[in-house]
Amino acid sequence: MQRLECLRAVYPDLEKRLVVTIMGATAAELHSLGHRANFFYLQHAMGLASSTGLGLALCLPDQKIVVFDGDGSLLMNLGSLSTMARYQPKNLVHVVFDNESLLSVGGFPTATSTGTDLDGIARAAGIPTVLTVREVEDFKVAMKNAFDQTQLTTIIAKVEPTGPAGYVTDLSLLENRFQFRRYIQSTSRH
Amino acid sequence: MPVSLTSSKAVFDALKKCDVRLLSALPETWLVHLIRMADDDPETVLVRLAKEEEGVGISAGAHFAGVKSAMLMQNHGFLASINGIVSFAHLYKIPLLMLISYRGTFGERDPWQTQGGNITEALLRAMGIPYSFLDSIETVDKRIQQAQTLAESSLQPVALLLTRDLMWEE
Repeated sequence: MQRLECLRAVYPDLEKRLVVTIMGATAAELHSLGHRANFFYLQHAMGLASSTGLGLALCLPDQKIVVFDGDGSLLMNLGSLSTMARYQPKNLVHVVFDNESLLSVGGFPTATSTGTDLDGIARAAGIPTVLTVREVEDFKVAMKNAFDQTQLTTIIAKVEPTGPAGYVTDLSLLENRFQFRRYIQSTSRH
Repeated sequence: MPVSLTSSKAVFDALKKCDVRLLSALPETWLVHLIRMADDDPETVLVRLAKEEEGVGISAGAHFAGVKSAMLMQNHGFLASINGIVSFAHLYKIPLLMLISYRGTFGERDPWQTQGGNITEALLRAMGIPYSFLDSIETVDKRIQQAQTLAESSLQPVALLLTRDLMWEE
């Protein structure tokens, strides 16, 4: 399963969600499908995409938040699973694209390549719904269920360690950040 | 426990006055009353962290959502957050109000706190983070309000060091 196929399969469903991605291939691939003002690409600070999603979810209970995380990033901040599980925001969908690799720095294998089980870790941390998918169709169904469900969900999507040729997009980091905040301000009530 | 309840209350009230609605925290002795006050207050969202760096992401999410937040941590928690501060808050111009208990300085009895105390201010200066001290109850309210104002107007992290003189009574 390719990450890009997964993103393409759910892209139409992301129209009104607040989306936070990790850096590298995930950001570049989502951007390549067509940037939207409700997408925020965290181009550094590995590990903090899930924390950002948690902050958004706690502050905007009426909005659905999607985080596209990765195995390398999540392994840098496993504690985030326990914090998410502690507060269990019903409006947060946490996707981990697990390619068993630190792809953007040259494809070095992560610990998931030697048996570390993120599905098991997420479950044991207390995330109420955790599932692993290996086919695009299953990913699509899992995402739909997660959007319909009122429970914090972590989806481990096992994908190939492939990505685009480059990671730099024409969207500057600050432009993305200000646009994202402005989008939220224009769509939410406080 | 000689952690000042009065000072903790003054800090918490000042944060509330600034409309801080979300606090992330990792417990440390000087912060126990503050964390309990946040927990007891139905208007405040308290996020108990596993590691302080998570708080940078949570505060960024809150900022995007239009919610004012603050981070409560020890100076060793600040040390543990540095990459998040640089690679997120500085890179993306995120306002962070950081309340940092300043352990390991004059009067410190715990040997394990002393190295962190030596380098806290030097690191804040090296990182270009504006900082000031919460060292007397008379100035707590104004200084928190000023720090919050600067963080929001400059879109950057700002630190307030909670000192022994304020937080410890003996």
